[in-house]
Amino acid sequence: MEGSSAEAELSVSASSIRITDLTQDGDILTFAIASQKLNSSVGVCVFRAYEDFDWLQQSLFSQENVPGIQGIIFPPLPPKALPSQSNMQAKTLKQLGFLALGKDWQGYCKALEFYLQQVATHPTLCKCKALDSFLINSESPGKQRGRKGILNRLSQAVEEMRKESHKDVDNFFQNERNKNTNIAALSKVATEKLLDVVMTEQKLALACGHFSTSLHLCVNQDDAAAVAFSKVCLKLSDIIEAVKRNFEKVATNNLTTLGLGLDLESRNQEAEKEMLFRRTCKLIELETVKKSTEKAKANKREVMEAFQKAVEKEFNLISSVGKQEIERFNNSRVNVLKNFLIDWCEQQLNAAKEYAELYSQHLEACRNMYSE
Amino acid sequence: MAEDREPPPLSTAGLTEPEDGEDLFVSAASRMEASPASPEDGTSTSSNGPKPEQIFLDEDPDDLFAEATEEVSLDSPERQPILSDGPSPAITPVTPTAIIDPRVDLFDQSQDEDEDEEESRDTFDVQISVSDPEKVGDGMNAYMVYKVTTKTSLSIFSRDEVSVKRRFSDFLGLHSKLASKYLHIGYIVPPAPEKSLVGMTKVKVGKEDLSSVEFVEKRRSALERYLMRTVKHPALLKDPDVLQFLESSELPRAVSTQALSGAGILRMVNKAADAVNKMTIKMNESDAWFEEKQQQFENLDVQLRKLHTSVESLVCHRKELSVNTASFAKSAAMLGNSEDHTALSRALSQLAEVEEKIDQLHQDQVCADFCLFSELLGDYVRLIGAVKGVFDQRMKTWGKWQEAQMMLQRKREAEAKLQYGNKPDKLQQAKDEIKEWEGKVQQGERDFEQISKNIRREVGRFEKDRVKDFKVVIVKYLESLVHTQQQLIKYWEAFLPEAKAIA
Repeated sequence: MEGSSAEAELSVSASSIRITDLTQDGDILTFAIASQKLNSSVGVCVFRAYEDFDWLQQSLFSQENVPGIQGIIFPPLPPKALPSQSNMQAKTLKQLGFLALGKDWQGYCKALEFYLQQVATHPTLCKCKALDSFLINSESPGKQRGRKGILNRLSQAVEEMRKESHKDVDNFFQNERNKNTNIAALSKVATEKLLDVVMTEQKLALACGHFSTSLHLCVNQDDAAAVAFSKVCLKLSDIIEAVKRNFEKVATNNLTTLGLGLDLESRNQEAEKEMLFRRTCKLIELETVKKSTEKAKANKREVMEAFQKAVEKEFNLISSVGKQEIERFNNSRVNVLKNFLIDWCEQQLNAAKEYAELYSQHLEACRNMYSE
Repeated sequence: MAEDREPPPLSTAGLTEPEDGEDLFVSAASRMEASPASPEDGTSTSSNGPKPEQIFLDEDPDDLFAEATEEVSLDSPERQPILSDGPSPAITPVTPTAIIDPRVDLFDQSQDEDEDEEESRDTFDVQISVSDPEKVGDGMNAYMVYKVTTKTSLSIFSRDEVSVKRRFSDFLGLHSKLASKYLHIGYIVPPAPEKSLVGMTKVKVGKEDLSSVEFVEKRRSALERYLMRTVKHPALLKDPDVLQFLESSELPRAVSTQALSGAGILRMVNKAADAVNKMTIKMNESDAWFEEKQQQFENLDVQLRKLHTSVESLVCHRKELSVNTASFAKSAAMLGNSEDHTALSRALSQLAEVEEKIDQLHQDQVCADFCLFSELLGDYVRLIGAVKGVFDQRMKTWGKWQEAQMMLQRKREAEAKLQYGNKPDKLQQAKDEIKEWEGKVQQGERDFEQISKNIRREVGRFEKDRVKDFKVVIVKYLESLVHTQQQLIKYWEAFLPEAKAIA
């Protein structure tokens, strides 16, 4: 297929793709993307804005000569960030969830990085010229406007909801659709709940900071009694500072590992849903055509039958590509989640060990000081 | 004249060590005989030789107030208001004259050491616990009864261990008795826990929900702390009312503690009167120590209230975190249930369990500890109120003394006038009155100096206790922090293999 598709292999190593830097100019975020040329130590670095990512995604959608393209589960692109609104504003939070939190858009960059890696490791999509040029060309491709290919569904019209629940002809797909509907909803909820937890942890850290500062204000050197009390207050202030940093650490760990992981899972499930929906639509189209063909008058019948055959072929192609994609998807998501869970656990474990040690030291010091 | 004379700093007046030949502390009997020292008198007061027993100031109130207890009728519905000018002490140290002043500084240090020695010699060995809250009765007449257990090896108690049942109004009754006895001589009487109409009504109505359980537990803990603080005070420990409260199985019902009773209203009226008095009495503060201390306590009050607010907001967020963690745990569990992949499913379920356990950990320990701080700070805000009250009492005492001086002045003027008239019987009466008011002036001065001295000592004790209390709470808090982290380590270490076992 390689020769005939006129699409080149990706010239950089997929695993080396990194978003290394970020600059902000008013509303525009510019990402520095680094990667390494295959079989060479030469590195490439390019600068891209969100519209370039969007261009890439559209180019992937609108590829020609990819059989059963509608059966592909396209890696989800995170929504556009509007940095002029502060990170914590409700709108950005609602739109981006976990990706809005974290210092300097760390989470958001990570998500974009994942996106590129997912595209680059996809057996079919990695061959798209657009990807290569995105990663290598110093010139920003975003100025060119590609054709609109298959669009991701952005809104749930009532009619579409009906289509979504259309009964399938294939058990495998029916099962997958049911599972997907379930898990997509649940992972979305879990992501939101974890977000609530992280927000509260951050609030607690802030409150600890206030408490610690208030304790500092109690210090005065008026007389011996005041000095003794001030010492106690300062000690407590230090301890509360430590508690504050503890909460911040725990929140950051939640954010950068499990939070990011659940967010990715949630968006991936949505991507699978898109694919399954496209196939279902095709199925409905096929069934409609079949019915029309049956009803067609003799003179039109041949044309209709030819048309039906074409649709059927498309549908079968989509289904076979879809099946492969689903298997690949399920394997990869388990791995991805596993890595996130391990990361999360290890980081929280380290934080717990670090702070157990710190608190123990404080306790020893206090016991010694106060036993006089 | 009395007005010109400044009351000497009285941290040590009246208290010496037995080795010192100069005994400033005379017994009641001898004091009655000795003529009141006049300001111009340069001689020292008569000394009756060292009387070691009486040097221990703390025993005085015992002797003094053994009578006082009977004077104040405990069972009368119209009880005296809490901040009444109670029976004045029959015994006060005779105020030393100007000669004593130079000695004051010498004794400053030693008096405190002496006191501390005394206190540590009677190794403080009293443990009071308040437990087993029980609801008695039904509906709006219901009340909670608490078991008060005292374990001690001190001899003033009749038994090593004694348990009694007390209700909340009994505690309030105890406090009001102690306040009426000791507040006006400058002892800082620990305030009783506050009434809570809302909290109690919930309990009465029978709501068995979390908030009323929390309320009862908070109250139980507050009552325990209240009693411990009370007995830590060396004078209060020996007070017969305190002993009766802790030991006797039956206690006369303190009806006058009800907010809307006759006595309650009288209290409110008196409080208002006091507030007005405070504004009108312009005290000539000659002792910088008192002025500084008052300012310090004002500042401390503000700071503590701020801290208290800070901690309350922390407790609030803690509870919110607990709710959110539980909610997340549930959603993770549901995700785990729907997951096809076995190992992933198990890992997700384990995740949910870990989060639940973490939530429980936080609920159990960290919230309790924040409550520890919250309660401690609340206690101290109220204690500072009591301290301020004691300073106010000193002002009142000074006011009384000044009034007596003015009266004396008037009587002297009246007598001078009568000298020129020819009414021998009226003259005699005037002379008698002068004598009477001279006595009152001296009494007033003595009272003032006594209360000033007491306050100094009480403040010193308060400040030491404050540091101790905070230290104890900090250590407790750190212990729970360490414990929480160690539990967390266990949970994460248990989860890690599950995560690694996926795929």
